[in-house]
Amino acid sequence: MTEKISRFAGMRALYLKNMQVALQREMQYRFTNFVGLLGFMFEPVIYLAVWTSIAKARGGTVNGYSAGALAAYYIVWTLVRSFNLVSTPYGFERRIQNGQISAQLLRPAHPIHYDLSYFAGWKLVSFLFWIPMAFVLTAAFKPSLSPTPLEIGIFVLAIWGGYLIRSIFQWALGLFCFWTTRVAAVFELYMVLEVLLSGRLVPLSFLPPWAQHVADFLPFQWCYAYPIETLIGRLNMTELFVGLAMQVMWIAVGSGLVALVWKRAARRHTAVGN
Amino acid sequence: MRATKIFWLHFRIAAMNEMQYRVNFFLSLFQSLLSLGVGLVVLGLVFGQVHELNGWSKPQLLAVFGVFTLLGGVIRMMLKPNVAQFMEDVENGTLDYILTKPVDAQLMVSTRKFEFWQGVDIVVGSVVLAVAVTQLGGASPLALATLVLGLVLAVIMVNSFLCMLATLAFWFIRIRQLIDMFEGIYQAGRWPISVYPGWLKIGLSLVVPVGIAVTVPASAVTGRLNGWILAAAALFTLVLAGLSRMFWKVGLRSYSGASA
Repeated sequence: MTEKISRFAGMRALYLKNMQVALQREMQYRFTNFVGLLGFMFEPVIYLAVWTSIAKARGGTVNGYSAGALAAYYIVWTLVRSFNLVSTPYGFERRIQNGQISAQLLRPAHPIHYDLSYFAGWKLVSFLFWIPMAFVLTAAFKPSLSPTPLEIGIFVLAIWGGYLIRSIFQWALGLFCFWTTRVAAVFELYMVLEVLLSGRLVPLSFLPPWAQHVADFLPFQWCYAYPIETLIGRLNMTELFVGLAMQVMWIAVGSGLVALVWKRAARRHTAVGN
Repeated sequence: MRATKIFWLHFRIAAMNEMQYRVNFFLSLFQSLLSLGVGLVVLGLVFGQVHELNGWSKPQLLAVFGVFTLLGGVIRMMLKPNVAQFMEDVENGTLDYILTKPVDAQLMVSTRKFEFWQGVDIVVGSVVLAVAVTQLGGASPLALATLVLGLVLAVIMVNSFLCMLATLAFWFIRIRQLIDMFEGIYQAGRWPISVYPGWLKIGLSLVVPVGIAVTVPASAVTGRLNGWILAAAALFTLVLAGLSRMFWKVGLRSYSGASA
């Protein structure tokens, strides 16, 4: 019992410390972070411009979204996106190629915790830079957004849930680097599926029914569509809470996958040099 | 004359280099087909809702997408690799080796790298463009000639812009993020510039000329281009190229070299 408690305390200390480190380090690169985040803003602005044109051409709405609702969707998108930016398989590839992974293997905690905590700390910096951009986008596109306190509360949980799901699954994908040093092809395919079936490109209700059905079997929508829709008032009470449960379920599935693959991957690893 | 010689020489060296990594061709092709797939899905979704987007029909938007893909291929094959190499040289001070050569340095830094296999998008984009033109009922030789001219102008425009962006490295050293941001902005070229709200239209023509670069060639085959627009585009390209040249000369004065 006591050992369990001290392990928990140790993990908490690791997370807090590493988040602090991330915060301090990333605050040094303010320009880089700001411009980096700005680059991500163009993607939703393009989608928004196109779908707003379509809504206008159809007399005001498209699939039940007015111009204001579309603006709300894609502006909340930007916040959700900045929260679900995670360590990618390319980062993993680099670490294996340059041997950093060997040092990570020697540490007492599972390496995924260092990534999860670092990127979590980084989010606070991203959030800070997101605020002025949100002001500009709001002034430019006039979203209709009026969330209830409950929706805001669930949104706050949901963006972290989405962060965890996306981190864990991309981490699992990164583990394939232990078998092949070129993960790009697999990763690009994964990203295309994500773009189409997550609510990143368009709200899921814009897709044909069969595609929505496929999306229900994948983790992607819980990283984009669900957190976005909690805040823009598209979900009823049941859907709000079921969504959180689904996120917990996908976190569990992803963690299981990482645990399973990690054991085999670490055994395969042979360090060179250093 | 000398410029074309240097260009050709660099091209041959790069080709020999890239032929060693033939698997990259398949990777590039795979990525290219994926993004073609996404592009077509999006067009499908849009035209599931409406018959035309701001006056552009489906085959016309396919032509825009073709130009976007083709130009993207040129950027990734020739323009971006050079910019990346240049920034690295400024950071490390190895630009000295270029400056001491008896040829024009700006020519040198903008022609020395080719990532051959990235050029797959040029082929894919051309095929998309050909399909679009066929769907539109063909194009006159004059339209095709203006398309080619428009594409040449587009490449010069984008290259001049990227050069100016890269020149900032003389003052700020680390500007990789700006180049990454350009990649994000370039995505706006998937759609004709007219779908964007006014302030963004101005931004996509005067600040970052992506909108003009893609829309002008696409207009050539969709019957939207007249002599005046083409002349204006040519003049704009000329101004941009001149500016990038001037900016380069000013920037060069701030370069302090490796030994400094």
